Amino acid sequence: MNKETFFYDNRIVRAFAWATLLWGAVGMLVGLIVSMQLFLPELNFASWHTFGRLRPLHTNAVIFAFVGNAIFTGVYYSLQRLLKARMFSDVLSRVHFWGWQLIIVSAALTLPLGISTSKEYAELEWPIDIAITLIWVVFGLNMFGTILKRREKHIYVGIWFYIATWVTVAMLHIVNSFELPVSFLKSYSVYAGVQDALVQWWYGHNAVAFFLTTPFLGLMYYFMPKMANRPVYSYKLSIIHFWSLIFIYIWAGPHHLLYSSLPDWAQTLGVVFSIMLIAPSWGGMLNGLLTLRGAWDKVREDALLKFIVVGLVAYGMATFEGPLLSLKNVNAIAHFTDWVVAHVHVGGLGWNGFLTFAILYWIIPRMWQTKLYSNRLANMHFWIATLGILFYAVPMYFSGFSQGFMWKEFDADGNLKYNFLETVERIKFLYVLRSFGGLLYLSGVFVMVYNIMKTVKQGSFLANEPAEAYPLKAAETAEDHGKPAYWHKWIESRPMTMLVFSLILVSLGGLVQLVPMIFVKEQVKTISSIKPYAPLELEGRDIYIREGCNNCHSQLVRPFRSETKRYGEYSKSGEYVYDHPFLWGSKRTGPDLVRGGEPGGKVNRGAAWHYAHMMNPRVTSPGSIMPAYPWLAEQELDLSLLEKKISAMRTLGVPYAPGYEKEAAADLKKQAEEIAGTLKKDGYKVKPNSEMLALIAYLHKLGRDLKPAEAAASTQQ
Amino acid sequence: MNILPLLILCSLSLGLVFLAVFFWWVKSGQHEDLVTPGMRVLFDDMPHETMNEQTKEMTSIEPKPQTTTHE
Repeated sequence: MNKETFFYDNRIVRAFAWATLLWGAVGMLVGLIVSMQLFLPELNFASWHTFGRLRPLHTNAVIFAFVGNAIFTGVYYSLQRLLKARMFSDVLSRVHFWGWQLIIVSAALTLPLGISTSKEYAELEWPIDIAITLIWVVFGLNMFGTILKRREKHIYVGIWFYIATWVTVAMLHIVNSFELPVSFLKSYSVYAGVQDALVQWWYGHNAVAFFLTTPFLGLMYYFMPKMANRPVYSYKLSIIHFWSLIFIYIWAGPHHLLYSSLPDWAQTLGVVFSIMLIAPSWGGMLNGLLTLRGAWDKVREDALLKFIVVGLVAYGMATFEGPLLSLKNVNAIAHFTDWVVAHVHVGGLGWNGFLTFAILYWIIPRMWQTKLYSNRLANMHFWIATLGILFYAVPMYFSGFSQGFMWKEFDADGNLKYNFLETVERIKFLYVLRSFGGLLYLSGVFVMVYNIMKTVKQGSFLANEPAEAYPLKAAETAEDHGKPAYWHKWIESRPMTMLVFSLILVSLGGLVQLVPMIFVKEQVKTISSIKPYAPLELEGRDIYIREGCNNCHSQLVRPFRSETKRYGEYSKSGEYVYDHPFLWGSKRTGPDLVRGGEPGGKVNRGAAWHYAHMMNPRVTSPGSIMPAYPWLAEQELDLSLLEKKISAMRTLGVPYAPGYEKEAAADLKKQAEEIAGTLKKDGYKVKPNSEMLALIAYLHKLGRDLKPAEAAASTQQ
Repeated sequence: MNILPLLILCSLSLGLVFLAVFFWWVKSGQHEDLVTPGMRVLFDDMPHETMNEQTKEMTSIEPKPQTTTHE
C-alpha cells in the first residue's frame, strides 16, 4: 500500500478570506452608520439611507456576508485537512464562492431600495431566497462529496458541526421562506400573524444557533488545538457537547415570543429548552478553555490565543445570558429594549468576530508560507477590539436597563411616570458611546487588514499545497473485506452530473410548497369585527414594510399594566389573521403602533399630526430620533400591482370577495380623497395619490376594528 | 395554531435524522476511539521535503525555542 500524494486547494480558501475581510469592513461600517443615525437623525438624508432600510443591510451583511464567508473560509481550509482530501470539485467550489458573493451584492442593492420581506434576518425577496437555496445545495454537494472521497476514516468532531449546520440551515431557510410572489421583487409570506411570528422566530433563533454557533464551534475544535498545538481538552466531552447541543437548540425558538399571543404551552416549552441549553453551551466553552491547561503562558505572547480565549468567554457570557433572557420575568423587562442589542453584539463581536480574526491570522501566514508580519500589531488589534466590545456592550446594557425600567415606572397616582420621548432622551448619550465602541472595533479590523496585506507581501502563495496520506479504500477493504465496491464511486467521478441531479431533486422539493399551504388554511381564534385591509391600507402596509418601520416600532402590546396603560388593550392572536407577513417587530426604538387607529385610543393621532410628523418628526415630537420621510408626500402611489396583491391575499385566505380586485382601485381612490380632505381642513395640501395617504390609512387601521369586538366578543375556534 | 404541527414535525424529523446518524456513527465505530482523533489533527500532511524553512518551523510539533516575529 503506497502513500498517495495530493494537493489541498488554497485558492478557494484565499477567495473566501478576501471576501470575509471586504464584507466584514462593509458590514461593520454600515453598522457604525446606523448606530450614529440613532443620535443624529440628520444622517437619514435619503430614502435609501434611512435607519429602517440600512439596519437590515447591516444585519444581513455581518451575518451572511462577513460571518458566512468566514465560515466558508474556515470550513474549506479545515475540511480538506481533516479529511486528507482536496475539495470534491473545484468547479463547485467556484460556483459556491461566486454564487454567494452575487447573493450578497443583490442584498446590498435591494435592501437600501426598500425591497424587503420585513422578516428579520430573512429580509431578502424570493428570487434571492431561491438563489440562496441553490448555492447552499452546491456547498452541501461539495462538502459531502469531499467526505465521501476522504482518506481519513474517522470524521473529526469539527466536521460533525459543519454537517449539522448544513442540514439545519437548509431546512430553516426553506420553511421560513415560503412566500407567494406578487411580482419579481414583491411577495407575501404564506403564513399570517401569530403563525408567521412563530415560523419566523423558529427560524431566527435557529439561524443564530446553526449559522452563528455550530459552524464556529466546529471551527473552534479544529483551529484552537492547532493554534495551541495541543489536543482538545476532552474529545469525549466534544462528542457529548455536539449531540446534546444539536438536540436541544431547535426547541428554544418560542422564547422570542414570550407574553405574545402565542399559546402559553409553546412559550413554556421554549423557556425550558432554553435553560437546558446552558449545559451543552458551557460544556463546549469549557472544553475550549481547558484545552489551554498548562499553556496559559502562551496566551500572554500569542495574540491569536487571546482572541480565542476572549471569544470563548464572550460565547459563554452570551449563552448564559440567553437562557436568562428567556425567563419570563427577565424577558418582561428586557424584551424590546437595547439589552437584546447588547446581548447579540457580545456574541457577534466577541464570539464570531474574534474567532474569525484568529482564524484569518492563522491560515494566511500558512498559505503564504511565511510568518505573520507583526505579532505586535495583532496584539494591538486585540486590545482595540476588546475595548471596542466593552464600549459597545456596557452602554447598551445601561440603555436596555433604563428603557426596561422607565417604561414600567409609575408615579404615586398610578400614572406612567415617563412618556416615551423622555426614555429616548435619557439614553441618547449612551448611543454616542456605543458608536465610539463600534468605531474602535472597526479600526481594529483595518489594523488587521494592514497586517495581513504586509504578511501576504512578504510571503509566496501556495495555491496547491502538497500532502501525503494512505488511501482510505485500501485501509478499509483490509478491515471489512467482502463488502461490495462503494456505490458512490460512480457519483464521485461525475461532479457535474451530481449537480444536475441534485438541482432536479431540489426543484421537486418545490412541490413541498403544498404542505405549508395545507397547514395555513386555518382560522385561529377569529374576532368577527376584524376586517381585511382596505386597498389603500394594504398599499400603506407595503410602504411600512418598504421603509422598514418594523425595525423600530413594535406592533404587539403585551399584557402588562405598564403597556396597556401606555398603548391600550393588549394584543390578541385573532387581530393578526390577515397579516401576511406579521409585523410585530423585536425592538422599541420608537413606541408601539398597534393601537394607533383605536377609536379614542391613547396613541391615536390624527392625519394632520401624522403628516407633520412624517415630514419632520422633531416638529411634533421634540427630541425624536426618527428619520423624516418627506418623500412620502412627493412620491405617487404605484398601483400597478394592486390587483395582483388583492388576488394573492385571497389565495392566502384573506376573504376579499371574488372579483374585488377590479373594484379595489376605486375604493382606494375614495379613501385617499377622504384623508386628503381631512388634511386640507388642517391646512396641509397633499396630492390625492401620494404614498403618505396610504401610510396614514394603514396606521389608522391598526387596532381600529378591535373595539366593537369587545362588545360583541365572538371568538370561535 | 395549525402551524405548530408543521414546525414540530420539522423539528422532530430533524431530531430523528440526527438520532439515526448518531446510531449509524456509533455502529460504524466513529465513537470507538475517544483519544487519538484529538491528537491526530495536530499533524500536518505536507511532505517534509516540499516545505520551506518557515513552514517547517511552523508545522513542527516539537516545542520550539521562543522566536520573535518581525515587528
